[in-house]
Amino acid sequence: MSSHGLAGTLTAPGGAAQRPAGGTSSWRHGGAPWGAGGQRELGALPVVVALIVLALVFQAFNSNFLSPDNLVNLTMQSATTGVVALGIVLVLLVGQIDLSVGAVSGLAAAVVAVGSVQQGWPLAVAVGAAVVLGAAVGALYGVMFTRLGVPSFVITLAGLLVALGLQVRVLGSTGSINLPYESWLVRFSQQTFLHPVASYALVAGVVLAYAGSRVVEKQRRESAELAAASVGTIVVRSAVLLVVLLAPVAYLNLNRGVGAMFAVFLGLVAGTDLLLRRTRWGRSVRAIGSNVDSARRAGLAVRRVYVSCFMACAALAALGGVLSAGRLAAANQGTGGSDLNLTAIAAAVIGGTSLFGGRGSAWSALLGVLVIHSIASGLTLLNLDSSIRYIVTGVVLALAVTIDSLGRRRRTGVAPR
Amino acid sequence: MNPHVPSPRPTGPAPRTAPVSARPPAVLSLRGVSQSFGAVRALVDVDLDVHAREVVAVVGDNGAGKSTLVGVMSGVTVPDSGEVMLEGVPVQLGSPAVARQLGIATVFQDLALCADLDVVENLFLGHEVRRGPVLDEIAMEREAWRLLAQLAARVPSVRVPVATLSGGQRQAVAIARALLGEPRVVILDEPTAALGVTQTAEVLNLVERLRDRGHGVVLVSHNMADVQAVADRVVVLRRGRLNGDFDADTARYEDIIAAITGASPALSGGSRAAQPRHPRGETS
Ligand SMILES: Nc1ncnc2c1ncn2[C@@H]1O[C@H](COP(=O)(O)OP(=O)(O)OP(=O)(O)O)[C@@H](O)[C@H]1O
Ligand SMILES: [Mg+2]
Repeated sequence: MSSHGLAGTLTAPGGAAQRPAGGTSSWRHGGAPWGAGGQRELGALPVVVALIVLALVFQAFNSNFLSPDNLVNLTMQSATTGVVALGIVLVLLVGQIDLSVGAVSGLAAAVVAVGSVQQGWPLAVAVGAAVVLGAAVGALYGVMFTRLGVPSFVITLAGLLVALGLQVRVLGSTGSINLPYESWLVRFSQQTFLHPVASYALVAGVVLAYAGSRVVEKQRRESAELAAASVGTIVVRSAVLLVVLLAPVAYLNLNRGVGAMFAVFLGLVAGTDLLLRRTRWGRSVRAIGSNVDSARRAGLAVRRVYVSCFMACAALAALGGVLSAGRLAAANQGTGGSDLNLTAIAAAVIGGTSLFGGRGSAWSALLGVLVIHSIASGLTLLNLDSSIRYIVTGVVLALAVTIDSLGRRRRTGVAPR
Repeated sequence: MNPHVPSPRPTGPAPRTAPVSARPPAVLSLRGVSQSFGAVRALVDVDLDVHAREVVAVVGDNGAGKSTLVGVMSGVTVPDSGEVMLEGVPVQLGSPAVARQLGIATVFQDLALCADLDVVENLFLGHEVRRGPVLDEIAMEREAWRLLAQLAARVPSVRVPVATLSGGQRQAVAIARALLGEPRVVILDEPTAALGVTQTAEVLNLVERLRDRGHGVVLVSHNMADVQAVADRVVVLRRGRLNGDFDADTARYEDIIAAITGASPALSGGSRAAQPRHPRGETS
């Protein structure tokens, strides 16, 4: 590897040694997500370990757990919750919360069903209206929070009640509306899977894009006389990525394959991740969550960023509601609801996004939602009812929050309160 | 009201020993600045001049108005009355971003860093370099090393969260951030308040380096030892008023302390150098 010209002169003799990958030690800047940072950030490691442990335990009790069929179901269930959890990640990153995502997604489902079935709107219009409605709700939260200074906890709690009321109103006296099975939304959510060839092509494309961008980055870093990852590191990382993507895809392809809805969810996560890590907006989000006052004095458009996060969160919640209406081919008063609310928030936190703002990643929506739905699926296979599921999920959430708080204490050196 | 952007600062070194009248106009001047918070008069009719290549220490007791003065100069606080001038040209400092653009960089008392962000991210927060729509991490990282090298600051890596750095290292990061964009004036509010002996010495070295690079420096401090180590001029604030303006090389320690606390032996002592330059300061 190239020697770090400047770093050599800056590092105290015998001081903190340069990490093997030099300047790329942070996973955010091309390092490994499993933490070349070592001591400082556990990153995604605890969740991945938890997932593996869960899989092994449930598999030991019921050999159906890891069957391709069950895993395909698991991904399909995860997708809708995951989209909602992704929105929660965004508000958590700016240090806020949205307690109304369940209700907003229920409202969106009702709008789609009523609009397309009863009002005869084209389905696409109904879907668009639902998502725009979600964004509008989020904008309202954002404006109330930034202009009036009402805590997000309270605004969104009020929003939850209002959205619940509206959901009941929109659904009308029947309280439940079925979507026709032949509508594209239902077919997309229930029966559309990536063709195996397409899924493998996608994997190949992602890995090639990753390796390519790493090589370009290496060249640019070297010409800037910064430490760069060695070719070996790039090859190893790309290979790991290939395995991490290829193995599950191939396994799912033994059964129905990768659901289109799950693929959309993954795309949303990857896109959000890029926005968070590679754009000014993403940097502002993390800075504001870390310390609003500093962010403001650095000249960031704090209000606009808050509003954008609330909007994105509510719009994603609405999209989640639309997808779940498609998956269930119906919208009723139970769509969304408190269960989804809590699962989505729990998923974001379990996945590793800090409740204290500033730390977290879009991928925590994926990891957290997989943990939660693994627990649900495993317990269902064991014929245990939902009471146990709530308890186990609650314990896992408590664990995740504890890890979060301990991590924060270690970093800041002070006990939270 | 579009802030007039003054001409670039004169490049030649300002001779520190030159008589006051021969100096180029001050880089940053305050004239008659007053600021009240309700009944509290935090600043009363304050004048201040900061020249290039000069460290002006602002000292005073708790609540004397030092941080408020920093707020006015950094655009955080818009004063009730008074004028801020850059090289003789009146400017409106409506926000920290405007002050920054005009070349006034501030290292706040709390540093205003984001602990979860790494060194590079903090240095460029709000001024990120982009390549098309995405951030140019490589350009920023290279510039970060350059800035830190200028200050001879020791930071283990520019890709660790600021939370993992020591107090002195954080201070160095905050100062390096102030240097971004070549400001004319750098304002430091209590930069050594939370630091140990070694780290204090390091920060004072940084302050001297700032001066040697031609910046005007305003150093707010409680600590007379720090002030005597690096300041060229000492301005005393007392209950929001200017209560003395001393030449640091010749002023007597007791006179400065007297100006801070409000006792007035300085006037009877007859020490010429300790004579406050602003007569207004004596009326308190
Ligand atoms: N935002 C504010 N609202 C109300 N009063 C304020 C505000 N900021 C400052 N003050 C008051 O103005 C006075 C000057 O405060 P300032 O913070 O400028 O003092 P200081 O010299 O920086 O003190 P310290 O040495 O403790 O930092 C104090 O009486 C303080 O209580
Ligand atoms: Mg102060």
